Amino acid sequence: MSGSNPNLPVAGALGGLSLTRLRRAIRLGLKSLWLHRLRSLLTVLGIVFGVCSVIAMLAIGEGASYEAQEQIKSLGSQNIIIKSIKPPEEQKISDKASQSYVLAYGITRKDADRIRSTIPGVTVVLPARVIRDYVWNISRRVDCDVCGTVPWYPEMRNQRVARGHFFTEEDMAAHASVCVLSAGMVPALFPLESPLGRDVRVGADYYRVVGIMEPATALPTPEESAGQTKPAAHRMFIPLDTARMRYGDITIRRRSGSIEAEQVQLSELTVKVDKLERVTSVAEAIKTLMEHNHKKKDYDIVVPLALLKRAERTKQVFNIVLGSIAAISLLVGGIGIMNIMLASVTERTREIGIRRALGARRRDIVTQFLVETVLLSGAGGILGVLLGVVIPFIVSHTAGMRTIITFWSPMLAFSISALVGVVFGIYPALRAAEMDPVEALRHE
Amino acid sequence: MAFSIVQFNDVRKTYQMGLVTVEALRGVSFSIEPGDYISIMGPSGCGKSTMLNLLGCLDRPTSGSYLLGGEDVSRMDDDALSAVRGTRLGFVFQSYNLIQQLTVLENIEIPLYYQDRPETESRAQAHKLAARVGLENRLDHKPFELSGGQQQRVAIARALVNDPLVILADEPTGNLDSTSGAEILKLFDELNQQGKTLILVTHDPSVAQHAHRAIRLRDGEIESDVRQ
Repeated sequence: MSGSNPNLPVAGALGGLSLTRLRRAIRLGLKSLWLHRLRSLLTVLGIVFGVCSVIAMLAIGEGASYEAQEQIKSLGSQNIIIKSIKPPEEQKISDKASQSYVLAYGITRKDADRIRSTIPGVTVVLPARVIRDYVWNISRRVDCDVCGTVPWYPEMRNQRVARGHFFTEEDMAAHASVCVLSAGMVPALFPLESPLGRDVRVGADYYRVVGIMEPATALPTPEESAGQTKPAAHRMFIPLDTARMRYGDITIRRRSGSIEAEQVQLSELTVKVDKLERVTSVAEAIKTLMEHNHKKKDYDIVVPLALLKRAERTKQVFNIVLGSIAAISLLVGGIGIMNIMLASVTERTREIGIRRALGARRRDIVTQFLVETVLLSGAGGILGVLLGVVIPFIVSHTAGMRTIITFWSPMLAFSISALVGVVFGIYPALRAAEMDPVEALRHE
Repeated sequence: MAFSIVQFNDVRKTYQMGLVTVEALRGVSFSIEPGDYISIMGPSGCGKSTMLNLLGCLDRPTSGSYLLGGEDVSRMDDDALSAVRGTRLGFVFQSYNLIQQLTVLENIEIPLYYQDRPETESRAQAHKLAARVGLENRLDHKPFELSGGQQQRVAIARALVNDPLVILADEPTGNLDSTSGAEILKLFDELNQQGKTLILVTHDPSVAQHAHRAIRLRDGEIESDVRQ
C-alpha cells in the first residue's frame, strides 16, 4: 500500500483500483451528481451542444456531399462531357431585335470523328442532339428536351430503362420513329394508361413510346449558367439519325418580334475513356483539339472525375472547419466542467477531510472526483449523441435534406467528450487530493 | 510493564508561521495500555489539537517517535498513514463530521469502504453497530434529520466499525445539551468496560472525570499525568 509514489496520485488511482472500488466510486459519483441535478445539467450543457452539433453537422454535410457525389457519379467517372454553348459575344449580337441570321456554333460531327480517331484511350463517343420542343399526347402537353442520341446512351450515362427498352441499332438504321421518355414526364402525358406502345406527337411527327427511363438524379448545373435556357428536367430520347432527319441542323425559334435561327450539329458529346487514370490526360487532349478547331469558345468540357475530386476536397475542408468548431466547443465545455468541479472541490473540502481521516488515500479522493467528472461529461456526451441523432432526423423530414449519420461520428463525439472529462477532471481532482486532512477538517 | 498500545517518545512538533517558529509540542513522552480511558486536558493553545492530530495520524511529528500498536507510524508515508487511520483508529469529532448526502448506514460504512471489504460484510457490520448505539430505526435517514445526540451516536458507530485499537474523541459533547452529552459519555463508559481504549480530548473537567487517567498539557509539555 505504500509502494506507489504518493506524489503521483493519478497514476496510482488507476493502478491500484479494484473493480469493486471503481463500481462504488461510480455509484457514489452518480449519487452526488443526482443530488445537484440542475447544476449537473447546466454544467454539461456545453458538452451536450458540442457533441450534438458535431454529429448533426457531420450528418448534414455527409448527406449533402453524398448527393453531390451521386450526381457526379451518374455522369460517369470515366466520362468526359463536351457541351455546345452559345458563345457570349454572339448572344449579344443576336439579342439585337433587328438582326436575324443563322448562327452556327457548337460541336460538329467532325469534332466527334476527330476525337474518336485521333485521341488514344477514347473507347466510346456518344453524340447527342438536344432540341427544346413540346411533346403532345392528344391534348396533354409537356415542355421537354428532345434528345437525339445513340442506343448506348443509358449504359454510358449510368441510367437504366425502367420499363420497355431503349431503341436499338435497327431503329437507328431504319430512322424509326420511336422514343423513350424520362420518368418525370410520364404522369403528365399519360396519367391513366401505360405509355408503352402509345404514340406521342412532336411538331407534326408521331413517335411510338418503346421505353421509360428510371428516375435519375438531376444533372449538376454550374456549367449551364451561361446557357440560354434553363435545363428541362424532362427528356425524350429518339435515335440521332431520326432527329437529324426531322430537324436538320438548323432550328428556328420565334421570339417576341424576332426570329432566331441556330445551326448546331451536336449539343453534347460524351467521351468514355478506357482507364480512370487516363481521364485527365484525355481531357487535356480534347481541350487542345477543340481549341485548335474552334475559333470561339462555343463549347464547354465537363470532367466528372475532376468535379468528384473537387467535391471530395470541399468535403475535406468542410470536415476540418467542422473539426475546429467541435474542438473549440468541447474545449469550452470542458473548461465549464473544470470550473464547476473546482467549485465543488472547495465546497466539499470538509467531506474530503472526513474521508481522509477515515482512511481514504489521496488516490481514493482523485478517483472519486475524476469518476464524477467523467460521469458528468459522459452523460453530457450521451445526451449530445441523442440530440445529435434526432436533429438530422428532424432536418431531413422538415427541410427535405438528405442526412447521413455515419456510425463512427457518434462514437467519436462520445469518446471525445469522455476524454474531455478526464483531461479537465484531473486538475480539480488533484487539488482535492492535495489538501491537508487537518486543514480540510477545520474548513467551515 | 504491560504492552503499550500508544507510545510517544520525546515527540516534538514545530510549525513555521511566517518568520516565527511555533513549538506546539516540546518533547512529550507517555504510553497508554490497552483498555485504558484517558482524558487530555489543558487551556487553549497548550498543544491539545496538535497532540490529537499526531495521535490520529493526520500529521507527523517533527522529531521523536510514535508507536501505535507497536508499529512506528511517525515516519510513514501518506498512503500508509491513511491505511493506519482506516484500520487502527476511530474518530469522534465535536461537530460530528458526518457526510450530509449519505444516509446513517452509509456514513457508518465509510471506513470499511476504503478497506475494500465485501459489501455484504460491511453492511452487516454497519447494521450491527447502528443497533449497538440504538439507531437501528434510523438507518435510512440523512444526518440533518437527526438530533445532535443521535448524530454523535452515528459518529461513534462509525468510529467503531473498523474495530480500531484506539478511539479518539475530540470534545465529543461540546455541541450537545447536557442530557445528550450524558448519554454519549455513558456510551463511552460502556465501550471502555467492553475493553475499548479511549482517548478523550476536552477542556471540560466534568467530562474528563469519566476517564481513568488524566493528562494535562501546558505550553506543549505534560503538566500532570494522574490516575483517578
